[in-house]
Amino acid sequence: MVSSNAKTRMLARAAADIVPGMCVNLGIGLPTQVVGHLPAGMPVCLHSENGISGVGPVMPAGQEDRNLIDAGGSYVSTLPGGAYFDSAVSFAIVRSGRLDLTLLGAFEVAANGDLANWIIPGRFSPGAGGAIELAQRARRVGAITAHVDKAGNPKIVDRCTLPLTASGSVSRIYTDMAVCDVTPRGVVLRELAEGVSVREVVEATGAPLEVPDAPLPVF
Amino acid sequence: MSLPDKTCAMEDAIATIRDGASVILGGFGVPGTPFCLIEALVAHGARDLTIIKNDANETGMGVDWLLQAGLVKRLITSHIGLNPRAVSMMNDGSLDVEFNAQGILAERIRAAGAGVMGFVTDIGMDTLLARGKQRITTAAGEGMFEPALYADVALIHAERADPFGNLCYRASARNFNPLAAMAARCVIAEAERVEPLGALGPDEVHTPGPFVDHVIEMSELPEVYGVVKR
Repeated sequence: MVSSNAKTRMLARAAADIVPGMCVNLGIGLPTQVVGHLPAGMPVCLHSENGISGVGPVMPAGQEDRNLIDAGGSYVSTLPGGAYFDSAVSFAIVRSGRLDLTLLGAFEVAANGDLANWIIPGRFSPGAGGAIELAQRARRVGAITAHVDKAGNPKIVDRCTLPLTASGSVSRIYTDMAVCDVTPRGVVLRELAEGVSVREVVEATGAPLEVPDAPLPVF
Repeated sequence: MSLPDKTCAMEDAIATIRDGASVILGGFGVPGTPFCLIEALVAHGARDLTIIKNDANETGMGVDWLLQAGLVKRLITSHIGLNPRAVSMMNDGSLDVEFNAQGILAERIRAAGAGVMGFVTDIGMDTLLARGKQRITTAAGEGMFEPALYADVALIHAERADPFGNLCYRASARNFNPLAAMAARCVIAEAERVEPLGALGPDEVHTPGPFVDHVIEMSELPEVYGVVKR
């Protein structure tokens, strides 16, 4: 179970990797909540796959536009300079590499960057939506996930057991315990959540974890 | 000269839809879903339909009415997670569901509308969605052939229309509508407002009239088009 404090720090840490000028798609669920941790006035373009660039804040109850939702169904707004387009244009933006970054949820992330986040055969099969194209074609893919599942099993694994969303796509993993990078050598521990030890992260990770000699930053 | 008038009664347009027809629907969630046309299709009662839509709406809305009435044999879609009936019908085998990556679904519909046979892509090559697809090696690398996705009928929701069938969509209600409006042999559009010829400036038109066969002005905007309270 991820405490709300740990979750908040994980989201804030992911938000810190969004830099001015980026075009970003935040996946449905946890990643969408990263937007609440971006500095006010940050020059960044959020893309929503149902046909919006320049997504703005979620509207308060009573002020929603019935025709303006994001891909997760939240009633959003557009920033000055925002644009609407059809779904073919929206995925042209994705497939042609115009997204600098996408942050996606994960069931499993493997040491080679494979991502599984759309189907658990026999239990959960709602369809992939836009996840396959986002994972395969955004220039950088970050996964945001609890470090272990509800049963305590690692979500960072040596090889995915679930059907893939995309192979070799994830380059950085943000969890409630750590920030890890996927490198050609495997998973490398980069940062620790406050109050979490290296040993705890190693034990909660289902793949070999490279731990640098230098002291690790804490988030 | 003047442009032809394609306005008609909703029931007359829907009555042309036969058993076994493939019907493509605009919409992503509520915005852009042609609820009034779907309601008329349920009343018409054509059976064994193949429905093509990004999602299956939610319980008690749109596609769910067609499922509940037992009119759908096959659903070609990208995500049905908000409709438990669609998921359970898929799991018990009473509904044949074909999943596509969302942008591949859009592009297959666009290809049909553009009059090309399909396209080659490497999207989803390492996933379950690649099963059974024809592999093609091109100068740009290995890909899969994705066939154009035609339909017999398209049901479209527009904010504004003119009698010739020029259409304008509003905000994120555009989504699959302009694509669907190109991909069917018979295109039926409901519009919140039908304005006189010339009221939609040529630069404002999202779907040009030549794609559209029937234009229906909505007499009212039922509650289902409103903000979803959660």
